[in-house]
Amino acid sequence: MNAIEVTGLTKAFHGRKVVDDVSLSVARGEIAGFLGPNGSGKTTCIRMMCGLLTPDAGNGQVLGHDIRREARAIKRQVGYMTQKFSYYEDLTIEENLAFVAGLYALPAQAVRDTLAGLGLTSRRSQLAGSLSGGWKQRLALAACIMHKPKLLLLDEPTAGVDPKARREFWDEIHGLAADGLTVLVSTHYMDEAERCHRINYIAYGRLIARGTVPEVIASAGLTTFLVTADRPGEVAARLRAAPGVEQVAPFGTTLHVTGTDRAALERALTEAGASFQPGETSLEDVFIRLMGQSRDNMA
Amino acid sequence: MTGISLRRLGALLRKELIQMRRDRITFAMMLLVPLMQLVLFGYAINSDPKHLPAALVAPTQDRFSRAMVSALELTGYYDFTHVGISATEAEALITRGAVAFVVTLPSDFGRRVERGDAPQILIEADATDPSVASGAISTLGTVAAEALQRETGASPTQPPVGIVVHKRYNPEGITQYNIVPGLLGVILQMILVMMTSMALTREIERGTMENLLALPATPVEIMLGKVVPYMGVGAVQVAVVLLAARLLFGVPFVGSFSVLAAGIFTFVLALVILGYLISTLARTQMQAMQLTFFFFLPSLMLSGFMFPFRGMPGWAQTLGEVFPLTHFLRLIRAVMLKGASQPDIAQPMAALLAFVLVYGLLALARFRRTLD
Repeated sequence: MNAIEVTGLTKAFHGRKVVDDVSLSVARGEIAGFLGPNGSGKTTCIRMMCGLLTPDAGNGQVLGHDIRREARAIKRQVGYMTQKFSYYEDLTIEENLAFVAGLYALPAQAVRDTLAGLGLTSRRSQLAGSLSGGWKQRLALAACIMHKPKLLLLDEPTAGVDPKARREFWDEIHGLAADGLTVLVSTHYMDEAERCHRINYIAYGRLIARGTVPEVIASAGLTTFLVTADRPGEVAARLRAAPGVEQVAPFGTTLHVTGTDRAALERALTEAGASFQPGETSLEDVFIRLMGQSRDNMA
Repeated sequence: MTGISLRRLGALLRKELIQMRRDRITFAMMLLVPLMQLVLFGYAINSDPKHLPAALVAPTQDRFSRAMVSALELTGYYDFTHVGISATEAEALITRGAVAFVVTLPSDFGRRVERGDAPQILIEADATDPSVASGAISTLGTVAAEALQRETGASPTQPPVGIVVHKRYNPEGITQYNIVPGLLGVILQMILVMMTSMALTREIERGTMENLLALPATPVEIMLGKVVPYMGVGAVQVAVVLLAARLLFGVPFVGSFSVLAAGIFTFVLALVILGYLISTLARTQMQAMQLTFFFFLPSLMLSGFMFPFRGMPGWAQTLGEVFPLTHFLRLIRAVMLKGASQPDIAQPMAALLAFVLVYGLLALARFRRTLD
């Protein structure tokens, strides 16, 4: 049975649909990426799955428990890491962990083990508010896996964290998944998406793509050419206006030119007098296109 | 699963106490404000006023009336600013508030004292501010008797005069001691309701509410976790105020301590739960503060703390009944000053318990388990 199996989740705030008919399934032991631009409804979806928001429509199960009726049972087995640091800044690291341990009725040893695992034993009396962003993130993660949850819901855990800390964070997530933990992680970093087993892309409250990274890229049916030019700015301006060209994105001295119609794209590039070679379509190219499409659908 | 887990409650309480301790300014405020208010209010409101303006209505001036006047002035309470005026003039003066007392001697005062047939003296007191009148009135009888005895040289076998006191405008002659016990209720209400009214809004504003809700604590546990530490604060405040009442103001304590303690405990419980109820209604700390004051001011006015309860019109009395402070004032005044026992205060006690129940149920009903 899947760790997460929800269908038709819908939530509106003040008459505006923030999440619209989202269905999601995440297999046990999987690291599922939840992608989408800011304000696309990722946080609202996650909150509905862990019982913090009541869906207007839709239903489903998380770890075999009904999301509407068994929120308490879900909370006990889920570790939820909020987007914003939501532990107590006026409590020390140890006091925060002891608070969480107390609410889950864990032995005092759990706090000591967690402190040791974090390498924070010597800094345990430091106020959580004085920690750097990276350490806050590590503390929050440690606090929400202390009770050995079966499912981890991480809401943009790496926002504002430096690359090294992000790398370490993802190593830890993969380690946890290897031990059988299911992880749903929301992000808008493309490199992080590629670290997930499967991704789910949401835009304007609707789920518009899902699968493994290669599957999602292939299903978009995009062709990409790399254009090398001395003055990429001028070429880019000409190409943007040409038929068949959907995206032109500069990467240093090269341009990534993307479109769905391969023939039209080649024609446009030839007419523009650019020298080009076939390139790989990136996840970012796909998502930019998906976002554009869903905006058109909304309008 | 749905019951209260002591382990979880313990974790919530510990966390709350640490936060309370770390917020130094608030912590100091909770301990010092009661003392400061008590001293400030106690001395400002409760001083036994002296040199009150008085008028003398005496158709004939003789040595007896002069003796009366000088004896009264010697007590320090009376300053006769208007002497030898008519009863109509005196009436106007006391209505305007220009004098606090009108002393009226009968026209044949001197002759009747000499005959020894105890003429009556009428003292009309402006009791709109009851504490003003009470001290002055209490000294009257002996002062007048002594003064006239000296003049007549008569033996004190029978009182030389009869004194009739009319407390005007307010039939309930509250003594000055009423202020300090009442102040305990007012101080507790202000600090405890205000502090607990921020309990949840603070979590919401700091962004920790989402996490708290995601953790396995039940609404009852969260409420108790928030409310119980402030009951401890209340206990300390009660001790401080009662001690100061005794040491600084010499307020008598004739009742049973355990009866008073039970009453105070119930009142404090009602207050912290009311504060918690406010915090389930407010969205920000600012709103919580405003709601607290919205509640605080009318309860101060209508509870009988500021104005005598029985002096208020019927509708205001009815309105006053909805405030816990009203019932607490009756309870503490009865116990501290009149020595009332358990059965005597059953009614205010029942009212306070009803507040605890109603506020608690409302708060639990209002508590949002979700972020909706």
